[in-house]
Amino acid sequence: MTKLPDARRCQEWAEEMLSYALDAGAEGAEVLVRDGSELEVKVRLGEPELVKEAGSRGLGLRVLRDHRVALTYSSDFTPAAMRQFARESVELCGLAEPDPLADLPERHEMAREIPDLDLWDEAAPAFDATQALLLARQGEQAAMQLDRRVTNSEGAVASRVMGATAFASSAGFSGGYRGTSLSLVVAPVCDDADGKKRNGHYWTASRFAAGLLDPETVGLQAARRTLAKLGSRKIATCQVPAVFAPEAARSLLGQLAGVVSGGAVWRKGSYLASREGTAVASPLVTVMDHPLLPRAPGSRPFDGEGLSTRPNVVVSQGVLRSFLCDVYSARKLGRVSTGSAGRGVGGGPHVSTSNFILLAGKTPAAELERVPEGLYVTDLMGFGFNPVTGDWSQGANGFWIDNGSRAHPVSEITLSINFDDLWKTIDGVGDDLDARSSVQTPTLRVSRITVAGT
Amino acid sequence: MSRPFGSSESPASNPLAGIDATVAEHLLGEALASGGDYADLYFEFRCAADFSLEEARVRSVGRVLVVGLGVRVLRGDATGYAYTEELSSDRMLKTARTAGQIAAAGRAVAPVALTPFDGGDIYPVSESSLNRPGADKVALLRRADAAARTYDPRIVRVEAALAEEWREVLIFTSDGRQAHDRQPMLRLGVHAVAEEGGRRQGGRSGTALRRGLDLFALPGHEPEDHGREAARIAVAMLHAQEAPAGPMQVVLGPGESGILLHEAVGHGLEADFNRKRTSNYTDQIGQPVASRQCTVVDDATVGHARGSINVDDEGNPGQRNLLIEDGILRGYLQDRISARHFRNQATGNGRRESFRCQPLPRMTNTMLLGGQDDPADIIRSVQRGVYAKHFSGGQVNIANGDFVFSLTESYLIEDGKLTAPLRGVNLIGNGPEVLRQVTMVGHDFKLSEGTWTCGKDGQSVPVGVGTPTLKIARITVGGTRTP
Repeated sequence: MTKLPDARRCQEWAEEMLSYALDAGAEGAEVLVRDGSELEVKVRLGEPELVKEAGSRGLGLRVLRDHRVALTYSSDFTPAAMRQFARESVELCGLAEPDPLADLPERHEMAREIPDLDLWDEAAPAFDATQALLLARQGEQAAMQLDRRVTNSEGAVASRVMGATAFASSAGFSGGYRGTSLSLVVAPVCDDADGKKRNGHYWTASRFAAGLLDPETVGLQAARRTLAKLGSRKIATCQVPAVFAPEAARSLLGQLAGVVSGGAVWRKGSYLASREGTAVASPLVTVMDHPLLPRAPGSRPFDGEGLSTRPNVVVSQGVLRSFLCDVYSARKLGRVSTGSAGRGVGGGPHVSTSNFILLAGKTPAAELERVPEGLYVTDLMGFGFNPVTGDWSQGANGFWIDNGSRAHPVSEITLSINFDDLWKTIDGVGDDLDARSSVQTPTLRVSRITVAGT
Repeated sequence: MSRPFGSSESPASNPLAGIDATVAEHLLGEALASGGDYADLYFEFRCAADFSLEEARVRSVGRVLVVGLGVRVLRGDATGYAYTEELSSDRMLKTARTAGQIAAAGRAVAPVALTPFDGGDIYPVSESSLNRPGADKVALLRRADAAARTYDPRIVRVEAALAEEWREVLIFTSDGRQAHDRQPMLRLGVHAVAEEGGRRQGGRSGTALRRGLDLFALPGHEPEDHGREAARIAVAMLHAQEAPAGPMQVVLGPGESGILLHEAVGHGLEADFNRKRTSNYTDQIGQPVASRQCTVVDDATVGHARGSINVDDEGNPGQRNLLIEDGILRGYLQDRISARHFRNQATGNGRRESFRCQPLPRMTNTMLLGGQDDPADIIRSVQRGVYAKHFSGGQVNIANGDFVFSLTESYLIEDGKLTAPLRGVNLIGNGPEVLRQVTMVGHDFKLSEGTWTCGKDGQSVPVGVGTPTLKIARITVGGTRTP
């Protein structure tokens, strides 16, 4: 049985490290400790292909001296090594240059209470390799048995992560929490008539084992999605309405998260830099970042600098209300943090979203496809987004819509539009919010987009 | 050990110093105790530092020390994997046993006595940059920053970052191999933003090679070169116009265009996808998969290159592998599991991101070799098309071969001449179809010295790409301007 991550023990380590850093001459310091265990299994064509199990523990330290910053990482938790690490980290500050804004949060900003967000599943530890293999096998089997045209499989992967996070700051904070997360993904392959192979997948994820979809449902859905791609072809270059399935829309919303980040704004790295208070999207669009949702994938009871987290409305009926800020970007922009700092053991605090949600609309998603002709987009490919200018160009797969229904699958096309225009021309928001991941959106329709094909 | 530990070159006291063949043989025995037909140990020590300059100020310095052991046990095609960051004998034994669990019920195989492997060193470094004073690195960043700022008054923002890494790996396998490698990496990147009127644009330039600080004395790699180049791109793109949409002739410039190769054919030739018959190149060995002008190699032995490796992460020597010869598919990129499946020699392509990951077949430096055509003739031959100069990255769907890659600097070609700069745009194509459309191959082969990183199954590894100037007769350009 795996040793369970212990938030209390992590907090003790964090506090111990903090005292070493202050002893070594740091004027301010903060310590993040993560202790986690991962289990990942993969089954392919009924046979186990991978069983991976390990525990991992790391410590990230930020020290300040004369407004100079050093960021260091270690995985050695012996007291002697921790003391030496503290000394070396403080020494490293000497290489940085003073930045008057580089400082810990003000004492009054720190979180006083740590809400319980119900992120730990007591049943997760019992989800062991045997159970995971069974789940993966059942999921893949359901996909393979649906239709004889499902001829192959990229496999089914089941995973479980259990982790404890603790944070201690000399600005006046010490706390910790635990969380679990489980998932199953099934990825079948079909042979197409032209000799090409078609792949697709479906997945389920939850903080609670009981929150996972059953493996048969996942497998069947994966197979149906893959079969639907048989006969994919290019279409002629055109400008048409595009309906983005929640999974494709999610990557659009993720890109929006990047350009409403205070870090991108003060760095002149966002086309939205001077747009607060103005319309940046269609009135149908309301977006919020909500860290306090119980059991949600991106929830966190305090942020990466020890501040309380809170829901932030980012876009309200199309109007940009607020950028998301950590302490440094807030100071750069002359405001206060929105409690949106993320933090990994390997780097410093930076703006990061928690549960970033585009609120569902009232239109049934199927109704959004009622256009004379258009494109239903299921996947996007590539990195064609320039956040500075908003130029957006990505590869896509999906279906051609003819007279309100999906006529045939489409592949090897690109979609292009300026990102600002994309958000402003959304003329339909579905009622089908997909809450599986930390970036959540329903189906979205854009009134007109350039499709490059044949 | 093929090379001694504890030399003055190591930038920190080496936590792997106590690991020897005796320790390894004991752990391998334990890993195979409950069955399994093969096991390997991957010890890794990584020391890294980074410096970032922003608003002409060193904003932060960082340092990372990581040590760990990954244990893998194979039974048939199945992998058991476990790792630990704690190299106490207790933890190492427990890790070996955990990895061995997958093989339970199999027949035990005894490990073979270890023999050190000693190849040459294709990236010797007289001194790790990590041993040089931090002030020297800050000075380099300042030079890059100043060059970008003075390039043009429209440059309003510059960021420069330097990252250095020293990785030592020790690999022991139950079939008797023992390998040791030291893998330095030094990276410089500059990002500049230009502003004019209401317009704003960014440009990037950088390099990453397996070298010490002498990297910055190489022609084209002085910090000023990268500062100016980032600024030049930002300014050049200020007045970029909308790109066309639809199929066109495209000329790919030398060097970075290798990203197309990496996506269009490289991933599809990784042997795991072919062993599982999920790649569109499955069963195509000996078949034409590209135009006759195309010869593609994956070469891990280019001196000091970012994608080069003396040994792969399964202990096999890195080598030069012919993938496509005059358009005919000749071979796949193999790791141990796949090589055994295909009854092939290992090709030295079993790579992993770190001790936390199992090895997979991966690319090293993937290159399309130079041809006969004069690059100027190639551009002159195009009536109307796109010239692609700089790229930000790409992605491929292995199963159907569709791939995209993103241009960050490109120009319209009109009547055989480069004219207007174009806004950022994606190209999309199908691997085998696009390689058949390669109609001219320049004699100006160049290996990009950029900071390319390849992702697969969540694992990132450094790679190199290279091509000469290429003409693609037809590929879909994903702009906004319809004909």
